[in-house]
Amino acid sequence: MTDSRAPVPAGFDPKQAHVTAQWRADAPLVCCRFEPKGRFVFCGLESAVVERFALADGKKVPFAGGHESWVFSLAFSHDGARTYTGGGDGRVTVWETASDAPRPVQKIEAHRGWVRAMSMSPDGAFLATGGNDRLVKIWHAATGSLARELKGHAGHVYSLEFSPDGKTLFSGDLMGVVNLWEVATGRLMGSLDAKALHTYEGGQQVDFGGVRGLAIAPDAKLIAAGGLHKASNPLGAVHEPLVLLFDGQSHKQTRTLLADAITGGVVWRLRFLADGSLMGACGGSNGGILLFWKTDADKDFHRFTLPNILRDMDLHPDGLRVATSHHDRHVRITRLGPKSA
Amino acid sequence: MKCTYSCNGAEHAMARRQFLAGIAASAGLGGLGVFTSPLAAEQLSSRRKRVVVFNMHGGLSQLESWDPKPGTETGGPFRSIETSVPGIRISELLPEVARQMHHLCLVRGVNTSEDDHGKGAYMMLTGRRQTPAADYPYLGAVCAKAMAPGDSPLPGHIVITPGGGGGRGADSAYLGPRYSSIALGNGKPPQNTTRPGQVTESIDSARNDFRKRVSDRFLSRRRTAVTEAYVYSYEQAAKLMSKRDAFDVSREPARDQDRYGKYDLARHCLLARRLLEQGATFVQVSHSNYDTHNENFNFHIEQLGEFDHAFATFVADLAERGMLDSTLIVVLSEFGRTPNINLYYGRDHWSRAWTVVMAGAKVQRGIAHGKTNAKGTEVVDGQVDHANLFHTYLQAVGVDSTDNFDVEGRDVPIADPASRLIKQVLS
Repeated sequence: MTDSRAPVPAGFDPKQAHVTAQWRADAPLVCCRFEPKGRFVFCGLESAVVERFALADGKKVPFAGGHESWVFSLAFSHDGARTYTGGGDGRVTVWETASDAPRPVQKIEAHRGWVRAMSMSPDGAFLATGGNDRLVKIWHAATGSLARELKGHAGHVYSLEFSPDGKTLFSGDLMGVVNLWEVATGRLMGSLDAKALHTYEGGQQVDFGGVRGLAIAPDAKLIAAGGLHKASNPLGAVHEPLVLLFDGQSHKQTRTLLADAITGGVVWRLRFLADGSLMGACGGSNGGILLFWKTDADKDFHRFTLPNILRDMDLHPDGLRVATSHHDRHVRITRLGPKSA
Repeated sequence: MKCTYSCNGAEHAMARRQFLAGIAASAGLGGLGVFTSPLAAEQLSSRRKRVVVFNMHGGLSQLESWDPKPGTETGGPFRSIETSVPGIRISELLPEVARQMHHLCLVRGVNTSEDDHGKGAYMMLTGRRQTPAADYPYLGAVCAKAMAPGDSPLPGHIVITPGGGGGRGADSAYLGPRYSSIALGNGKPPQNTTRPGQVTESIDSARNDFRKRVSDRFLSRRRTAVTEAYVYSYEQAAKLMSKRDAFDVSREPARDQDRYGKYDLARHCLLARRLLEQGATFVQVSHSNYDTHNENFNFHIEQLGEFDHAFATFVADLAERGMLDSTLIVVLSEFGRTPNINLYYGRDHWSRAWTVVMAGAKVQRGIAHGKTNAKGTEVVDGQVDHANLFHTYLQAVGVDSTDNFDVEGRDVPIADPASRLIKQVLS
C-alpha cells in the first residue's frame, strides 16, 4: 500500500494551536463538519435546523425544513455540491451546499431511530449511514437509492469510516464492536474488539460508552477507535477518555492511548493529522479539549483547552484548521499553528 | 435493593431490614383494627381490589415520556406520536404504550416541590412530606392493611426490585412489620421460604406440632396482641411456603414469557401479573435507573425501550383478562427531570412540573388531566401534588382515604387530612 499521507502544511504545529474565529449559532451545537471545498462549516444543533457558517466572514445561513429532530450527522458529496444531514427522525436530507436559500432537495427515510453517523466513500459513489436500529446502510450517493443493508450490530451504530481505498467500511457501535464490511458485497469481513470502550454498569443497569469516534490513517496502517472508559457512574458523567489503536492489517489492538486527569471526558471524534499524529476531540466536565497523541506513545503529547465543553470536531481539508461544536452555542475554528503564520 | 443513582441521594442509603431469620418476624405488632368505620372494612373485603405501582427509579423524564414538547428548546430530539386517544400525544419512545392510551390517565400537572431523591420518593410513596416528628407507612403497607384479606396466603405488600436480594422493607411505620414490604430481588421468590434440605417433612411437621402445643398452652393463660402476632407469623410463613410457586414466573405459559420478552423488566411485569392473579393485593415493580444527569436521551432510549413493551403488554393483558376494573396501575418516580438540557446532554432533577400515570379501578380511561406550559417548566392547569395523588390512589380502589386507621386504639389518618383527592380523574 502506498503512503497516501498529505504533505504537512506550512506552519503546522499543534502546540501553538489557537482559536481564530467563533460564531454563535441559535442553539447549543451537536455536530460540525467542513464541506470538502473548505468554504463552509455546517453545524447540527439542539434544534431541527442546521446552520452553515462561511469561513471567510462567518455569515450564517439556516437550513430549515429538513428534519423533525436534531441533526446528529453530516456528510458531503465529493465535489461539495451536496450536503447530507442525518437526523434523530431517522431521515437523511439532501441539500445544495452553497445555496443562499437552502431547501431540502431530497428526503430519505433511512433508519428507524436516529441517524447517528454518516460517511462518504472516497470515490464519492456511496453514502454510508448508521442508526439506532443497529443497521448500517449504504446508499447510492447520486440518487439516494439503497445499495446495501448491513446487519450485524448488537447496539446502536455510533461511528462510520470508509477505508482510504474505499473497499472496506468500518462501523463502531455502543457495545464496543467495530465491524468491517466489504463494500462491494456487503459481507461482514470481521471485527475489531473495542469492548474496552463499553461499560455495563450493574447498579444503574445501563449500557454506556461505545465507539464514539473512528479514524483510519491515510496509509490504512492504523485504525483508531475512541470513546470512554472507567465509567463508574455513567448517569453522572464520571468516566475518562480512551482511544484504542489497532493494526490496519492484523486488526489486533496495538496500543492504548490515554489522557490523564480528565474526569468526565469522552472522545467524540478522532482525526489523523498530516504528520501522522492523532487528534481527539474530548468533551466532559473538564471542558472541551483537543488531545494530540503520537501513535508510538501512550500519553498525549499536547492538549489544547477550548473555552467550553465540546461535542464534535472536524479537520479542514487544509489540514491546519479545526472546527469544534460547543454547548455554549458556538462553533470555534482553531488553527494548529502559530498566530503569525 | 441498593439503587444506584448518579447523585448520592439519601434513598440510596436506605437500609433494608433482614428477613429476621426467616419469615417468623413478619408478625404484625401494629394496630389490630383497620378502620375506624367497620362498614368500610366490610365493603372492602367483598371487593378484592389490587394495586400495582411501577416505580421509575431515579426520576423519569416527563419530556421523554408522557409530556413531550417537541420542537421547543427544552424538547430534546424526540418527536411526539399519536396515541389511541385522539388529541393525546406522548413521546415516540413509547409506541406500544401509545396504543394502550385509551386505558390510561395522564396526570400532567404534578408539582411536588422536592428535588431530593430520598425525600421525593418518600413523598410519592407515603403521600406525606418527611419530618423528624413522624414516620408514615408506604402505599403498599397502607394497601396491605386496608385491602388485603386477613387469610391471604400471599404477603400484602410485595416489591419486585431490579436486582439485589430479598428481605423486608422498613416501610410500614406505625402499621407494624406485618405490612412491611417483602422484596423479590430480581424477581426471585422470597428468601428463606424453602425447607432446609436436612430437615425432612416429617421432622418439620413434628417440630411445628410441638411448637403449636407449647404455644397453645401459653396462649390459654396469656393472650396479648404480641402473642397473637407471634402466632400469625408462623401461620403466614407456612402459607407462604405452601404458595412459593406463586413467585415462580417460569410457571407462566411459554407463550406469555415470549410475549413479554426475555429481559428483567419483562419478567418482572409478568411476575406482577401472576402475583395479582394469585391474589396479591399490592405489587410494586421498580425499574432502574432514570437519574440521567448525563446523556439523558441515550439512556431514555435504553430504559424506555424496555419499559414500553413490558408495560404495554401488562396493561393490555389486564384489560383483556378483565382485571383492569379491579386493579389500579400507577407509574411514578420521585420527580421528573429538568426541561433545561445540561452540558452533558443530561437533564437534572425537576419536581415543579411532571407527570404521574394511572390506570384501572375507578380511574377515568383515556384522559390527560393538567397541563404544563409550552416549555414544560411550570404547571399551568390542574396542579396536584403527592398528597392529592395518594388520596386518589386509595379512593380509586375504594378505600376512603379520609378515614382513619385504628392503631392500638388511636385514630391515625390514612392520608394527609389537609389534602384531598383529584376528583376529575375518577369516574
